[in-house]
Amino acid sequence: MLRYVLRRLLGAIPTLFLVITFAFFLMRVAPGGPFDRERALEAKVLENLNRVFHLDRPLWEQYFYYLGNLARGDLGPSFIYRDFSVQQLLGNGLPVSIQLGGMALLVALLVGSLLGCIAALRQNSWIDYGVTAVATFGITVPNFVVAPVLSLIFGVWLSMLPAGGWGGPSSMILPVITLALPQVAIVARLIRGSMIEALRSDHVRTARAYGLPMRMIVGVHSLRAACLPVVSYLGPAAAALLTGSVVVETIFGLPGIGRYFVQGALNRDYTLVMGTVIIIAVFVVIFNLIVDLLYAALDPRVRYD
Amino acid sequence: MGIDRFRSVLTGTLAATGVLAMATAALAQTTYVRGNDGDPETLDQHKTSTISEAHLLRDLYEGLVIYDPEANVIPGVAESWDVSDDGRTYTFHLREDASWSNGDPVKAEDFVYSFQRIMTPDTGAKYANILYPIKNAEQIHTGGLDPSELGVEAVDEKTLEITLERPTPYFLELLTHQTGLPVNPASVEEHGSDFVRPENMVSNGAYTLVSFTPNDKIVMEKNPEFREADSVSIDRIEYIPFEDRANCVRRFEAGEVHSCSDLPADQLESIKERLGDQVRTPPYLGTYYYSLNTQKESLKDPRVRQALSMVIDRDFVADEIWSGSMIPAFGLVPPGIGNYDVEPVKPEWADLSILDREDQAIALMEEAGYGPDNPLELELSYNNSENHKNTATAIADMWAPLGVNVTFNVRDASAHYAHLRDSDDYEVARAGWIGDYSDPQNFLFLVRSDNPGFNYAKYDNPEYDALLDQAAEETDLEKRAQILRQAEEIFVRDTPYIPLLYYSSHSLVSPKLEGWKDNIQNVHATRFMSISE
Repeated sequence: MLRYVLRRLLGAIPTLFLVITFAFFLMRVAPGGPFDRERALEAKVLENLNRVFHLDRPLWEQYFYYLGNLARGDLGPSFIYRDFSVQQLLGNGLPVSIQLGGMALLVALLVGSLLGCIAALRQNSWIDYGVTAVATFGITVPNFVVAPVLSLIFGVWLSMLPAGGWGGPSSMILPVITLALPQVAIVARLIRGSMIEALRSDHVRTARAYGLPMRMIVGVHSLRAACLPVVSYLGPAAAALLTGSVVVETIFGLPGIGRYFVQGALNRDYTLVMGTVIIIAVFVVIFNLIVDLLYAALDPRVRYD
Repeated sequence: MGIDRFRSVLTGTLAATGVLAMATAALAQTTYVRGNDGDPETLDQHKTSTISEAHLLRDLYEGLVIYDPEANVIPGVAESWDVSDDGRTYTFHLREDASWSNGDPVKAEDFVYSFQRIMTPDTGAKYANILYPIKNAEQIHTGGLDPSELGVEAVDEKTLEITLERPTPYFLELLTHQTGLPVNPASVEEHGSDFVRPENMVSNGAYTLVSFTPNDKIVMEKNPEFREADSVSIDRIEYIPFEDRANCVRRFEAGEVHSCSDLPADQLESIKERLGDQVRTPPYLGTYYYSLNTQKESLKDPRVRQALSMVIDRDFVADEIWSGSMIPAFGLVPPGIGNYDVEPVKPEWADLSILDREDQAIALMEEAGYGPDNPLELELSYNNSENHKNTATAIADMWAPLGVNVTFNVRDASAHYAHLRDSDDYEVARAGWIGDYSDPQNFLFLVRSDNPGFNYAKYDNPEYDALLDQAAEETDLEKRAQILRQAEEIFVRDTPYIPLLYYSSHSLVSPKLEGWKDNIQNVHATRFMSISE
């Protein structure tokens, strides 16, 4: 098992290297640079800035310079936020994104599984239809609609929760709901489908024949099998949630790293975009590995040697 | 966690937050939660260029001269100054009680250090060229001259002498810009570029920096060492960056922020309906225009350029597309600017009805050889935004009767401006200009032939340049205004740019916030404001 994990982690290095290389050159294909704004800079000023940030060197040299710094754990200075290095920016923002994403993930798992189980057990009843309707709503209504509406209702009209900003647990509630809503819907649907299948499977029928209580049948025997599709969905979903959401962070004004990806790309803040890409790539690799390991734990048929 | 348990945790949390809020209020510290356009790129005054940075730096530092609440230039660190007869030497007398936040006195030498620092090429100052009127500044910044040759000298500890290249009537205005703010030499020497960190920053303004969390807030507290600390009413400022303007409006309505520095233009009507006179949209020192590439065969003919300008119904664009938040423009220099006439320059046809203008324009196009049988194909480039798109679509439609077929070229801001800078093959391009100081020169210099960075029209008229040169040497302000007006009339005649709109600033100001006065520069130093509960 440990060898398997090590092998996977070693195998991730070339993947990350490819991602970094691809992102580096793709960023540079985009026209314009970090200093092109509504206010054009004087030629000499631009020349100075390009020199300060090594942008006057050939692209391949910049690439190896970046890789060299990266190997030493240095993600470079931000081209736009000149008082911060990319490490500092991501270091400030990542804990916020992880808290929000983690909470949303937890809510999605708990509420989604609960709704999915109830719907599966009461298949074709009004509860089932209700859950399906809620799930469809959650998936179809985009978060850029949900976020301002929640902020308007609970922040402006009812004054129950902050309309935006970061500080204290109360400021997390609306963003977490917004982030969790589509995930709740997806998890509920996945659990419902696989649970219905699991309830009809041979081992569950056997368990029923033994007269085990329904609580045991659902909680132990069915749910474990029903979890598999959710686990494989949640791998990449968790990576995406924990690395922040540009829409939710912008609309609620939260200091996560989700917006750096878009802001960075629009500002041509090359190093910031690269830093974000690396973080997302690392999260995807790690969560895919966790999914595979969970599979082995949940499904006795899967073994890694 | 059961639902009840969750509910009790939630209630507990909310109650705790409430108690905390009350406890904070009991300390009776007034905090101004101030919306800003975005985070600063830096708090190093010499590397800044944006308006959101200007707001922050105005509270942290004090320059030789400052703006009062109505954007008039008043004494700052300098309590008075003398100007030599030829208008080339300014002698500033610094206040005895001006001091840094660490208690050290602000000396003339600090300003010498600061001005030399911004001109040193290695500083990487984006906006150093704004101070080129200072003697030798340009030579130092671009020609390798030693910074010690700069025309800024400390006569004694409290007397500063600045020599200029030529008389510059807007020089005092220039010094209100953040590039004119001093840095604390000892702090910069000790910490290098890290002098901007809260733990290192030594400032001389009404506030000191407490913390800076990107995308969250910048906190400042009253500087007890500030020379007029007793008159500063607000104890603490929390600057919140709002990339999403609508978020600021919601938080304003929820009572969480006291002011917003900008509003979503497409929602302006409904915001005005809801919030009435808390919405402030005074004229702003800016012009929104379309640049016409005069080197392009199709746009070389001034008749074509004029016809294109003539048929644009600016009232429609201002009222319908920009919800009345912009002012129709026919000239380059916005109304209300300093050192200039009251009436903005207009072409003769500006007061004709739009139908008459259309007839005249069609005739001009026919003279130039264009019409329905020989349509003019134009490419219109703009940077992506909902209102830029709507404006471009409307204008393309207004050009249709002239036999003009428009194709659009839409890019994000970086790509758009890089294209304008590096390429010659654009035809019509959207751009805008917000003045750095209140003087017509700051607008008219845009289309000088020797200003390749901003002259997107590639306009080259020696007569125009000569008038600007003549104005630069003129010390009589009235005569100078007349010369500049002549230049603007030539601009209007030749139409290298089509001026479309003059900007207004858009702010939300809570009735609790007192001392906020609308002004054309949109400057609002916190030290002049107070908060009533």
